Amino acid sequence: MKLHARDHEPARTAAAAPRTGPDDAGLAISTRGLVKSYRGPDGTTTDAVRGLDLDVRRGETFAFLGPNGAGKSTTIAMLCALARPTSGRATVAGADVLAEPERVRRRVGLLFQHSALDPDLTAEQNLRVHARLYGLRRAEVRRRTAEVLDLADLSDRRRSLVRTLSGGMRRRLEIARQLLHSPGVLFLDEPTTGLDPHARARVWEHLHTLRDRHGSTLFVTTHYLDEAEHCDRLAIIDRGRLVAQGTPRGVRAEIGDDRVVLRTGDDAEARRVLGPLVPPDRSVAVDTDGLWLRLPDGSAWIPRLCAALEVHGIAVHSASATPPTLDDVFFHHTGRSLAGPERTGGGR
Amino acid sequence: MTALVLPGADDTAPERTGRLRRELRAVHALVHRDLLRLACQRVPTALMLLHPVLYLFILGGGLAALIPTASLGVGYRTYLFPGMLMMTVQTPAIMVGIRLITDRQSGYLRELLMAPVGRTTLLLGGCAGGTLVATVQGAVLLALAGTVGLPYDPVLLAMLLGGMALASFALTALSLALAVGLRSPETFHTLLGLVMMPLLFLSGGFFPLTSLPGWAQALAAANPLAYGVDVLRRSIALRVPDGAAAGSVEWAGRQPPLLLEAGLLLALGILALLWAARRFGRPE
Repeated sequence: MKLHARDHEPARTAAAAPRTGPDDAGLAISTRGLVKSYRGPDGTTTDAVRGLDLDVRRGETFAFLGPNGAGKSTTIAMLCALARPTSGRATVAGADVLAEPERVRRRVGLLFQHSALDPDLTAEQNLRVHARLYGLRRAEVRRRTAEVLDLADLSDRRRSLVRTLSGGMRRRLEIARQLLHSPGVLFLDEPTTGLDPHARARVWEHLHTLRDRHGSTLFVTTHYLDEAEHCDRLAIIDRGRLVAQGTPRGVRAEIGDDRVVLRTGDDAEARRVLGPLVPPDRSVAVDTDGLWLRLPDGSAWIPRLCAALEVHGIAVHSASATPPTLDDVFFHHTGRSLAGPERTGGGR
Repeated sequence: MTALVLPGADDTAPERTGRLRRELRAVHALVHRDLLRLACQRVPTALMLLHPVLYLFILGGGLAALIPTASLGVGYRTYLFPGMLMMTVQTPAIMVGIRLITDRQSGYLRELLMAPVGRTTLLLGGCAGGTLVATVQGAVLLALAGTVGLPYDPVLLAMLLGGMALASFALTALSLALAVGLRSPETFHTLLGLVMMPLLFLSGGFFPLTSLPGWAQALAAANPLAYGVDVLRRSIALRVPDGAAAGSVEWAGRQPPLLLEAGLLLALGILALLWAARRFGRPE
């Protein structure tokens, strides 16, 4: 009898999942096999997104990482019901993007990469027009405008014309505008592009406040690796496909190896000594910076490596173990670097 | 403070509201935006209003002495007044089209499209805003009626206001229909520069259409501005003794009835709006 019940349990859950099953309750975004193809003028089709399976939990900050043209903005457009998926399905904030596009748009906020405010109106006027556009009642318009201005720390600038605000202030105002209608999920497409480091930090401070104090679900695309590190979970997309998904620590652990660099009195001799010591599939390389090894749990290896070198009378000047970066993860999965030409092989 | 982003978003306040009311609120949002812009752009608005006034007093003042009242039925400045009102409403109506294009360029249009309302609603909001702003500006210039010898008769003023609202609506809708398909403001400006001069001079605002050669009269009969001017001019003729002016739109030598002319403007506006909505409604 018990065995019988257990047999049925998973089947029922799976069947209920697409609608409002127990699996769905914790998810703010769920996609299966999401595809978007564009038909070119010459009749050829280009696949911008090729089969995405994404799961974003409620209340988490989720980073969507990838190089330019990887399909990030197309994915956001589909999730916000601005573009129709070619195939596959997606549920966002409890509404289906294909069947209920307007409900999706009511329940999400979207900060565009190049967002726009009306520069001739004041901060407050911009917010009020937007709130009304989203169908808020007059009393709500007033209340919510005051609330989000306060949250964006712009209450004292509410009567300033938008054209007189700094880039960082405008960005915060744009984020605030997207919060007016209390969206279930807030999408942010490259929220910090074009901002100076100080303004970038302020924006992230603001986003973390949203998550920590208000439990907001944030879906953030970025090509800044350090920003993705701050998020709860992330997905890496390349050429329309997901190459990795998980926590920053998790996806790094997937490729496992730390980078161990030793500087010794005689690097060539050290390489000969250590070669047999490390697992056979691990490489040992020497360049002007010293001796390079790729090892799982690198810091634990350092004492053993040093001890072996000491036995052979080779002096160790320095030793370091660096966990893999997200760029290493991207490189591991795609054979290319996310950071582009800025990445220098030896220096990092 | 309530949660700013609802974890569940099961029944957010806007969702409880009926669909029609939401769409109306969106229209209100766009009209509100236009009024706010009007209120904060006082200098450009004042300059915009000055333009037709200069025409009225400089052109009107100069030509009034040359053109005998007998040939027009009224004094030249009185004759010019409906044309000047039409010029007044025409500029803000056309600005609506220009703003659609600049909104598209700046990305503001994308923000609007993201709103959970139909695209037609957004277009209606833009049209309503443009019509209202144009009519308001026209109403300001109605104050000059006395200087051209027209009485401040409430019925006459209401009729002129109604005529201007109708013409504003038709012009705003036409401007939107034109702007929906264009990507660059330069193209729009060039197109306007090309089209506006003949439209204005074939409107019957400056001289009687009957003094034009036949082919130009035929063109004028297809000019929406001519019907706008005509509606205003004939409203004056209805209310002011000896106010009938010569030379308006004629169909095969006969004047179409005033109500038909007004109906044509309305129909033209609705058609232009429908056409614009069809093109604008296409998902990208």
